[in-house]
Amino acid sequence: METKKLYLFFPKSETEKPIIYHLVKDYNLIINIFRAKITPEEEGYLVIDVTGKEEDIEKSIEFIKKSKVKVNETNKGLQRDVNKCTHCGNCLSHCPTKALHIKDFNLRKVEFDEVLCIECLACVKNCPFGACSSIF
Amino acid sequence: MKTYDEINKKIESQKAVVLTADEIIEYVEKKGLQAAAREVDVVTTATFGPMCSSGCFINFGHSKPKIRISEAWIEDVLVYSGIAAVDAYIGATQLRYNDPANMNYPGEFIYGGGHVIEELVAGKKLQLFALSYGTDEYPRREIRTYFTINDLNQAIMVNPRNCYQNYNVAINCSDRHIYTYLGLLKPNKKNITYCSAGQLSPLLNDPYYQTIGIGTRAWLAGAHGHVYAEGTQHCSLTERGENGVPTGGAGTLALTGDMKQMNPDFVRGVSLKGYGVSLALGIGIPIPILNTEILKRTAVRDRDIYAPLIDYSNDYPNCSGKILYKFNYEELKRGEVFFEGKQLEVSSLSSYTKALEVAQILKDEIRRGEFFLSKPIAKLPLQQSFKPLKIRKKD
Repeated sequence: METKKLYLFFPKSETEKPIIYHLVKDYNLIINIFRAKITPEEEGYLVIDVTGKEEDIEKSIEFIKKSKVKVNETNKGLQRDVNKCTHCGNCLSHCPTKALHIKDFNLRKVEFDEVLCIECLACVKNCPFGACSSIF
Repeated sequence: MKTYDEINKKIESQKAVVLTADEIIEYVEKKGLQAAAREVDVVTTATFGPMCSSGCFINFGHSKPKIRISEAWIEDVLVYSGIAAVDAYIGATQLRYNDPANMNYPGEFIYGGGHVIEELVAGKKLQLFALSYGTDEYPRREIRTYFTINDLNQAIMVNPRNCYQNYNVAINCSDRHIYTYLGLLKPNKKNITYCSAGQLSPLLNDPYYQTIGIGTRAWLAGAHGHVYAEGTQHCSLTERGENGVPTGGAGTLALTGDMKQMNPDFVRGVSLKGYGVSLALGIGIPIPILNTEILKRTAVRDRDIYAPLIDYSNDYPNCSGKILYKFNYEELKRGEVFFEGKQLEVSSLSSYTKALEVAQILKDEIRRGEFFLSKPIAKLPLQQSFKPLKIRKKD
């Protein structure tokens, strides 16, 4: 079993397709939805964790790609601009999963572990320098 | 032991021994005070954080025909123009025109004076809109134009209060979220925020202002500026620990520097949800090692510097003066802080990463013979308190 984080973009034409249903039913995947905004007649976004057999995950990605839904395995819905970050550390007590954290306390550089991010967006609301933003 | 002149001569010949306030700690431990004081010429201190009492004077030059500006906005942010015809002061905390502030609580405060200053230093093109009542020699009544920092005759940062010597640690004892200039504080004492560079911070390395005074050269966001006065709210009588270091907000510095020499990495607009806008600055101040006592003070460690824990839901707004506890900066920086038997989540608004960067840049500039030290022309007051504002009748 492995877990992969996916970011799906739904163009206007695809917002009424029950993609998640097929991922569960046809590919035996466990889905954990972090964030979703899919409204009929509008573009939509979905950020999920999929857990299952490696081959099932691969097949499911193939399945999604056959529709017009775009799958992105690297670019997540939460973006951190390292040039804007001043490493002040205001985000530290607001990030519930410690995705934003400090490794070396002598330097106090704030690091971001994308895998731990659940896109709660607390950092977006709390960053004084606008370093964290959501793409939707 | 050493004089300013001797140190400056060594700097000129690129032979000065310079360490940061971070590096000096181990160095003194290894070499001993006496030997280290003989060897080291300068210790560089630094800080990076929001400093609300910041701003700048600018001069636009004259348009044809001339205008005596009476009201002006840069990128829709009001700038003070109650001075000469085409001079203005941009204040860091000024909101943009029509910002709903906290009408939609908590407000977002996306853009304001601090951001105008950031963009100005970054060389961006900004919009000026100004009005006037018109006079015989200044007939123009209105102007709209675009400018960059290079078009201005002067852009001089003039900050009435920077570099607070120590600062509060904020906590929220109430049962609702509060939005402060130290960030969002969760209900029921869940998290805290501190804001100081601790052992690297300028005035914590010179607690009795033996070398930092009026006229001291300072590295202000890259510009070679100086201390022009005691900072506003300078309060040297704050309680001090056995090592002489204040255990709460104490001395402050008023700084000035030429914005045309500044590095945009160290001039950053700040948006604090529910509070407002501000400006974060990187500042470095060199301390000449004139004798062993001065060196000893620069070797202060985070674990020997204490900051007061204050309740920002009640004690701070109501000036109760109550201090709940004192934490040292070692525990604050490591994020291992316990209060009333519970571990607290720790945030900070002061960037130690950036402060280290500033201390290093200043160290390199001094080593290369590019930054010289200046002897203060006057000392900062040592016997000064901070008076409250009394609300009284006219009688």
